[in-house]
Amino acid sequence: MKICVLVKEVPDAAVQKRIDPSTGRLDRSGERNLNPFDTHAIEAAMQLKEGGALGVDEVVAVTMGPETAVRALHKAVSLGADRSLHLTDPALAGSDVNGTGYALAKALAREEPDLVLLGQQSDDGECYTIGAVVADHLRMPSLTQVIKIDVEDSKLRCERQAEYGYDTVLVELPAVISVGDAINEPRYPSLKAIMGAKKKPLETLAAADAGIEPDRVGSDNARARCTDFKAPPAKQAGQIIEDEDTPATVEKIVAWLDERKLLA
Amino acid sequence: MSGILVYALHHDGAFNKNSLGAVSEGARLASELGTECHALVLGEAAGLPDELCASLGRFGATKVFRVEGPEGLAQPVVDAMATVIGDGGHEYALFGGGLLGFEIGAGLSARLDAGVCMEVTNVRVDERSGDEAAGRGRGRLVAERPILQDSQVSDVHYASGVGVIIGRLNAFEARESGDADAVVEDVAVEFAPHSLRATMVTRGEQRGADVNIEDADILVAGGRGLGKAEGFEQLEALAGALGGAVAATRAVVDAGWFSYAAQIGQTGKTVSPKLYLAAGISGAIQHKVGMQGSENIVAINKDANAPIFEFADLGIVGDLNKIVPRLTEAVKARKGG
Repeated sequence: MKICVLVKEVPDAAVQKRIDPSTGRLDRSGERNLNPFDTHAIEAAMQLKEGGALGVDEVVAVTMGPETAVRALHKAVSLGADRSLHLTDPALAGSDVNGTGYALAKALAREEPDLVLLGQQSDDGECYTIGAVVADHLRMPSLTQVIKIDVEDSKLRCERQAEYGYDTVLVELPAVISVGDAINEPRYPSLKAIMGAKKKPLETLAAADAGIEPDRVGSDNARARCTDFKAPPAKQAGQIIEDEDTPATVEKIVAWLDERKLLA
Repeated sequence: MSGILVYALHHDGAFNKNSLGAVSEGARLASELGTECHALVLGEAAGLPDELCASLGRFGATKVFRVEGPEGLAQPVVDAMATVIGDGGHEYALFGGGLLGFEIGAGLSARLDAGVCMEVTNVRVDERSGDEAAGRGRGRLVAERPILQDSQVSDVHYASGVGVIIGRLNAFEARESGDADAVVEDVAVEFAPHSLRATMVTRGEQRGADVNIEDADILVAGGRGLGKAEGFEQLEALAGALGGAVAATRAVVDAGWFSYAAQIGQTGKTVSPKLYLAAGISGAIQHKVGMQGSENIVAINKDANAPIFEFADLGIVGDLNKIVPRLTEAVKARKGG
């Protein structure tokens, strides 16, 4: 059995993110890292592999992105993936959610995975939807924001929080599951795993290799086009206190609350 | 014909508030476009009586498509909406904020090769791009979506036959616009095989104590920054001193630290107390949408870059474990004095 984990390289959380006015796209320069939400998906894959109930032979990390995205794959491999697949092509740049999900589904279809795992969201695009797009293309059942997975007769018993409380859903394989960050505590890679990551097999795939139709991807073919970036209505900035002397800080908080008659 | 199709989520004999908001918004936009707003409901027949379905007319839907199928899962709804749009030629699919809306909208985008935009806070009609003669109505819809932790708002234009618009939680207000019943039409949908390969075992399970946070004037809320479940003890003490209740983020509820009934934000409660004191909460959008209507927001967080400081009225950068116990004592002293 094979698990594919979708991963993504995102700007480091400490980097100030901005839109490049010349392209209208997110400026993706600067320090970059593996999307922190994806580490939970890799950990979930490793736990399923180590648990043994599914008979997982292989965990494959899959990403789509420019050359630099290889680093996200190295990180994924250092966390336990056996090999990785890098879908990269200038024609894919600027794809919207629709195009990205389509392209990833095409790359995944070649692998014929029994399970596709991904994180609940990317740290940069703030989009929670790629899993459902991929699942519809692959014609697989799908569930997002899953916080517990148990194997039950080669099906997955998944728990998640939805509109009315916690739902338990039985999902047949093959399936696409996005996991929430409460599902596990990702392990830290060992130094040996980090050093060895670059030696694990890495396949690079161009759009044509995956059978991706050129008119469905790239910024020119985006079905949803972002334009006219503007600042939201200004909100009056709040007061900020750096706590250097806690009794004084507390005094200021109490005075602030008192002024607004919140201690009546 | 053109038109807007809205998914209306129901449970236990009532529609979800965000779905009613989406129907109201769909009706407003349809009227500006010179077309109609239709709704689609899906579930067991017993849970969808005529009166319930027709009641969506009060929020502006002229027709309700009723589909019998498995409740609480996204993919059967994707099949149903694709079928109805295929027959009816709707130009837009609209969803209120919520987990299922995200999943259905995304699946529908793949199925119909449609542009999709999520976390939409406003939709407007761009009259310049309309073409009434071509049957495209009086204009096209433009979705507005905040990005980069709400520091920018982007206009999203659709370049596809169908546009999928997924609202942010509480972005669309439910408004009763009349007392007319909607026409209810039953539609038989052949579900795709994969849509029936996920099955609900139990739905809507409540975990933890039943607490009421929606009526509290003062809320003290805790997040992951508390470090452990026991961290809530000091928040209980502070809430007690302030005369308020304790609330929590989704992350700590999912981690089992606090009761689901006290959860704020996406898939949780929406609150607007007089005072919202957030301790160890970073202020992710999913949390913000549930509490940004609070009159006064105070945040304590050790990370100076936490997004919550962007919208807190008073922000304290520091260790909550040092500040909260002292604040509790100071509040008690002030109130006692």
